[in-house]
Amino acid sequence: MSYTASELLAVSASRLLADGKIVFAGVGTPLLAASLARLTHAPHLTIVVEGGAIGLEAEPGRLPISTNEMRAGRRAVMLPSITQIFLYAQRGYFDYGFLGGAQIDPYGNINTSVIGPAERPRVRLPGSGGACDIACHCREIVIVTRHERRRFVERLDFVTSPGQVGAGDGRRRAGLLFGRVTAVVTDLALMDFDPATGRMRVVALQPGADLAQVREQTGFELAAAAEPDRLPAPSEQELALVRALDPARTFLG
Amino acid sequence: MATVTFVEARRRLEAKARPMRDKRMAAADAASLVRDGDHVAIGGCLYSRTPMLLLREVLRHRRRDLVLSRNLMCYEGELFLVSGASRDLVTSWVGIGLPWGLSRIVREFVEGGRARLEEWSHLAIGLRYHAGAMGVPFLPTLSMLGSDLLRTTGARTMTCPFTGEQLCLVPALFPDVALIHVHRADPFGNAQIDGYPHMDLDIAAAAQTVVLSAEEIVDPEQIRRTADRTAIPFFAVDAVVEAPYGAYPHECYGLYEADLDHIDAYARRVAAEGAAAVRAYLDEYVYGPATLEAFLELFGAGRLLRQSRSARELTGRWT
Repeated sequence: MSYTASELLAVSASRLLADGKIVFAGVGTPLLAASLARLTHAPHLTIVVEGGAIGLEAEPGRLPISTNEMRAGRRAVMLPSITQIFLYAQRGYFDYGFLGGAQIDPYGNINTSVIGPAERPRVRLPGSGGACDIACHCREIVIVTRHERRRFVERLDFVTSPGQVGAGDGRRRAGLLFGRVTAVVTDLALMDFDPATGRMRVVALQPGADLAQVREQTGFELAAAAEPDRLPAPSEQELALVRALDPARTFLG
Repeated sequence: MATVTFVEARRRLEAKARPMRDKRMAAADAASLVRDGDHVAIGGCLYSRTPMLLLREVLRHRRRDLVLSRNLMCYEGELFLVSGASRDLVTSWVGIGLPWGLSRIVREFVEGGRARLEEWSHLAIGLRYHAGAMGVPFLPTLSMLGSDLLRTTGARTMTCPFTGEQLCLVPALFPDVALIHVHRADPFGNAQIDGYPHMDLDIAAAAQTVVLSAEEIVDPEQIRRTADRTAIPFFAVDAVVEAPYGAYPHECYGLYEADLDHIDAYARRVAAEGAAAVRAYLDEYVYGPATLEAFLELFGAGRLLRQSRSARELTGRWT
């Protein structure tokens, strides 16, 4: 069965979400993944979005493009203010936070602000939005992104969203008492962070990917087991469901 | 950075009389409450409940040197940059949405040094308005710790005097003017919002001057019967403008969906032609139509009805 990289990302990310938990999701792949999880193994997963909706059930074929539009609030149990949603995150209610990113470093820090100097950037990116807040407050932070060498860099131009911050207890030293980056899901591999060094390492490979390819697409040194695990391919059911969520392929590309 | 301290903000507020009087006025008159150099906070979020009529009126007044702040800045930021009304945006994110990518206009202005984009985290913006609404100089948070935003914004850190933990402090924001679109208000400015409140309760309480546009002006008795639904009290409000479809082509919860076809056409043209496309848009949709009616005629009744039907379906009001 063939599938695209974005379908693979949504399916792989959905499998990381356990039933009964609360996930803070953005639009695009995160919302696809969270919605798919609810349709498969996690029917009691609660989806929260930063525009101000708790417990939304997005309508297949009518996914929101922004998290603060009506589509994002469909069948929600509460529509709090944006500030209140983030305060619930800071209070510790949200199990998972999903993040993407233009640039990611070995410690899972993310840049979505600027390429080049902050005062006079070479590329002005869209900015944090709620990404920095999700990274600071959610209990398990999952990064979902395409695996490209230009994204996975040793040093960021700017840290928008803190991951492990730096080696050892970098996150704790920065004052972030709670949460941590637990996983990085790409179309080539699943990665986590070595507790000793704080750096990203390969846990498992996506179907068809090999370690040499992963390292070639990573701009920093990436540790891995000699024989990393292999992630199961998306099932026909998962693919059918994720395609039905986004039939116009607004987010699936 | 806000230049108004919490003490000055309180003094300014105390200096104004706040009787429960009729504050209805024409959009053009309400927009004249915005002065050159003002910090203008924009209500709603991205393309939801944006006070588009009021923003068009401010642009028609050809104001200069405005500082615009908003939680997420949609393409209204582009209109203000290209028209020359503003060179200063305060926000957590700028763009329209994932399918449209980066804003070519914001990139050109910021990368070319012609505009400043002051980026805060989304919660930090919310807490800055909230501190303003509370009348205190700052609020503590764990947001932005470990982020370079701590270095590039006016945030500070402190050691908590109770626990010894590190905290990020964000300064209160007291906008000169808040522009907010609501579902209904009485002539005094008691206002109700359906659906997402976004950050509007806080910006209304934090701002020195508040201009409301309302889909519907209702009898004060209706407000009194449904006082539990009131989100903004009259004493925070200076002007009330009747504005059905006042957020269009952005959405208004339960009443009409955003006109994504219109937004998409705008975005495609701007991506291809840059600032020239924004100038053409300003001529056609902002400077051209002198009234709300003339603006809505550019879209036509069929389109407005389609967007309304869609909103009712989505919020379960017709099913």
